Amino acid sequence: MAGSKHISRRDFITMVTAGVGAVITAAVGLPAIAYLIEPALQSGSSKDAWVPLGKLDSFEVGKPALATFTRSKVNGWEKSVNSYGAFVLRKSETEVVVLSNVCTHLSCRVNWESDKKQYVCPCHDAHFNIDGKVVSGPPPRPLDVYQTKVDNGILSIHFVEG
Amino acid sequence: MLKNLFAWLDERLGLNDLYKAILDRPEPKGNWWNTLGSASLFLFVMQAVTGIFLTVYYTPSPDHAYDSIQYIMNGVAFGWLIRGIHHWGASLMVLVVFIHMIRVFVTASYKYPRELTWMIGVGLLICTLGMGFTGYLLPWNQKAYWATTVGTSIAGTVPWVGPIIEKALRGGADLSALTLSRFFSAHIWIFPAILIALIGAHLFLIIKHGESQFPEKGD
Repeated sequence: MAGSKHISRRDFITMVTAGVGAVITAAVGLPAIAYLIEPALQSGSSKDAWVPLGKLDSFEVGKPALATFTRSKVNGWEKSVNSYGAFVLRKSETEVVVLSNVCTHLSCRVNWESDKKQYVCPCHDAHFNIDGKVVSGPPPRPLDVYQTKVDNGILSIHFVEG
Repeated sequence: MLKNLFAWLDERLGLNDLYKAILDRPEPKGNWWNTLGSASLFLFVMQAVTGIFLTVYYTPSPDHAYDSIQYIMNGVAFGWLIRGIHHWGASLMVLVVFIHMIRVFVTASYKYPRELTWMIGVGLLICTLGMGFTGYLLPWNQKAYWATTVGTSIAGTVPWVGPIIEKALRGGADLSALTLSRFFSAHIWIFPAILIALIGAHLFLIIKHGESQFPEKGD
């Protein structure tokens, strides 16, 4: 049969085996990739809520104070409770600023150092001033500011789940 | 370019010789019954791959085992497929390994010089059943719990050492978190490690001896 257009039995079997193998590999392989990266594909159902931090009067004017709160979240099959912190600064009797305590560099938690009048991140020695602006260190932007409201003397912040 | 790359690798690794020795070796005229060993190997690889994927989400703790599997089945993309293949592949593997053993017995392929291949095969059968036994507990549902209760109790009926075996299997007097984690360890580390070693020896012996000629009338 040399020279004819017919393919040999052996070549035919090889081609069919390779073809079927490729189809099976794709049919199982592509779902397997989806299975692995599923958590990244979940559309971030960004929940938001007004979280009360306490009476506005309980915070001293001119001095940042850490207010803590917890939020629960369902991850996969487990519901976990996460703790968050926010620095409340009453600039005057009526004006209030609430800063996130998450460093904008790599998400460590910053501390208020009253002697320096600065927020200091312990991880990479970042310094922010009392308004959250970067003084020194690697952070790319100022500390995040929460939207606030005061209802019946209770201070609340607008918390958006990331 | 590709040809040069292959030639370079072949010169250093002997790929062509390997291919000839492993996949292109001369065989006696066989039939579909000769493919059961390869089928078992394929099923083992498939179980290994799907099993590794399952550990991405599965959690071997009484608090989370059941819920994590529910999540794999209903929450994760194609989790039902991965677990389905692992679940049905397990039953199929026991079946295929068993038929493979029967075939070798019926065609008398276990005889000289292949006795060692048979003995190692017995080890492989036991490990396959061990994988089935330990894997059955991992979903931590009622069926799993009671099957393991009964299975470990059977081990406990061995004269003299029975109670020790039972406690060693359970990691205590009763089924608990200890049972689940040691079954998990056996399922993903101990049995697979033994299986891989035995499969390596089994394959080496098959390549060394070649497949056996089926006996003919008068043999």
